[in-house]
Amino acid sequence: MAKITYIEHNGTEHAIDVKTGLTVMEGAVKNNIPGIDADCGGACACATCHVYVDEAWLDKTGERSAMEESMLDFAEGVEANSRLSCQIKVTDALDGLKVTMPESQH
Amino acid sequence: MSGPADNGHVVILGAGHAGGTAAALLRQYGHAGPITLVGEEPIPPYQRPPLSKAWLKGEADADSLALKPVEFYPEAGIDFRAGVTATAIDRSAKTVALSDGATVSYDQLILATGARAIALPIPGADLPGVLFLRTAADAEALKAAIGPGKTLAVVGGGYIGLEVAASGRALGAEVVVLEREERLLARVACPALSTFFQGYHEKHGVRFELGAAVTAFDSGGGRVGGVILADGRVIPCDAAVVGVGAHPNDELAKAAGLECARGVVVDLDARSVTDPAIFAIGDVAHRPMPIYDRMFRMESVPNALEQAKQAASAITGRPRPAGECPWQWSDQYDLKLQIAGYAFDTTEVLMRGDPASGKFAIFHLKGDQVQSVEAINAPPEFMMGKILILNRKPVDKAKLADPSVSMKEVAA
Repeated sequence: MAKITYIEHNGTEHAIDVKTGLTVMEGAVKNNIPGIDADCGGACACATCHVYVDEAWLDKTGERSAMEESMLDFAEGVEANSRLSCQIKVTDALDGLKVTMPESQH
Repeated sequence: MSGPADNGHVVILGAGHAGGTAAALLRQYGHAGPITLVGEEPIPPYQRPPLSKAWLKGEADADSLALKPVEFYPEAGIDFRAGVTATAIDRSAKTVALSDGATVSYDQLILATGARAIALPIPGADLPGVLFLRTAADAEALKAAIGPGKTLAVVGGGYIGLEVAASGRALGAEVVVLEREERLLARVACPALSTFFQGYHEKHGVRFELGAAVTAFDSGGGRVGGVILADGRVIPCDAAVVGVGAHPNDELAKAAGLECARGVVVDLDARSVTDPAIFAIGDVAHRPMPIYDRMFRMESVPNALEQAKQAASAITGRPRPAGECPWQWSDQYDLKLQIAGYAFDTTEVLMRGDPASGKFAIFHLKGDQVQSVEAINAPPEFMMGKILILNRKPVDKAKLADPSVSMKEVAA
């Protein structure tokens, strides 16, 4: 279990206990958190689960995969700390993780 | 007082991807009134796409398929009724009669009844071992029927059939695909893509019978033992999956006097053109698609989600979502196919990249506008293709055909 704080674009925070083994995307979707659409359900096919990872957590969340990189390249508002949340697996090491959602998912 | 708090009881018929998402979005968007979600299946809403892929291969379990955990529904005040169907809609009384004898009144009704797999009207079609792939129960039966030493016959060379073929091979079964047309994916893809997929599947050991009309299923001791073709041949099998298309479940809507084409006719808010208190979303809806200047029915998860957003927005008084570019995806072996748009009114087909490299995209153009793109292991082409389809901007065809010119430059 890891406590993950999802921050909506408008600043609303949702602190959720997410089971290890799920992805950061699944933690949001299964708890009905607004701001992560995840149209493809985690197939890395749509780039609608885009989040900004809090700078302090960038090392622990790891590197973008090649497929993720090329999907993100065409998403809106991409920054150095952008990730597709379906590609971040939740582990105990991510307890305390903070991610912020973009204004919209396209 | 006005606003989302007092817009009444929303009843959703159908607890698939569209219905389940609409229920959750209504709560996200602040709908405070009661929500009733009526589903024919015994379990809460789940994702169907993995049924033919990860789930069939044993890489996903029931929990990971579920859209939301089972406790979400009571916690969110959603009255989820499993194993129940609607039998009639009384539009003047605003009530729905359910198969368990209950009558539910609604202020807003969302039809999310989906589509059902089309059965072949041929002898033996009801034999045990002749399967479909629509529900988790179907997938369970299929999973139990295939494995090493078994032969699976797939009737229909569309996307579902090909995904099942790939998963069947991954599970060690022999797989033969029987397709009525002379090429795979005949209704949904261009010949170049058909050729590519056939070659890729053959490389993975799938056999194909094209131009093969299936006339009957042969009984082998009380269950299917083979597929009989029009030319008299019998293709032996231990199980058969029929994937020849789906039919919208719009009978309830028709009986209630709602205008239907192939599906319930709705406007840009997913609202019935006949009755403003009724919406139709997902596979059952016949909806306008302004970028193509026409109406049609789509069977895809992104469409189900988009229309769930439209209906939930209309009911809660939010602005209508911006127009979308329809899209869909398929995973087979290590191939990621992403399709944006539909190839309506096209004048030209343009290949970008080399299929032999396993990474390419096929663009369908109307003049110099992109109507659709089929991208194989090519996310930039898919992502930028979606943008080009949506903004209708003319493209430089020479640049588009040249993979050394980046997609960003093509769209610049």
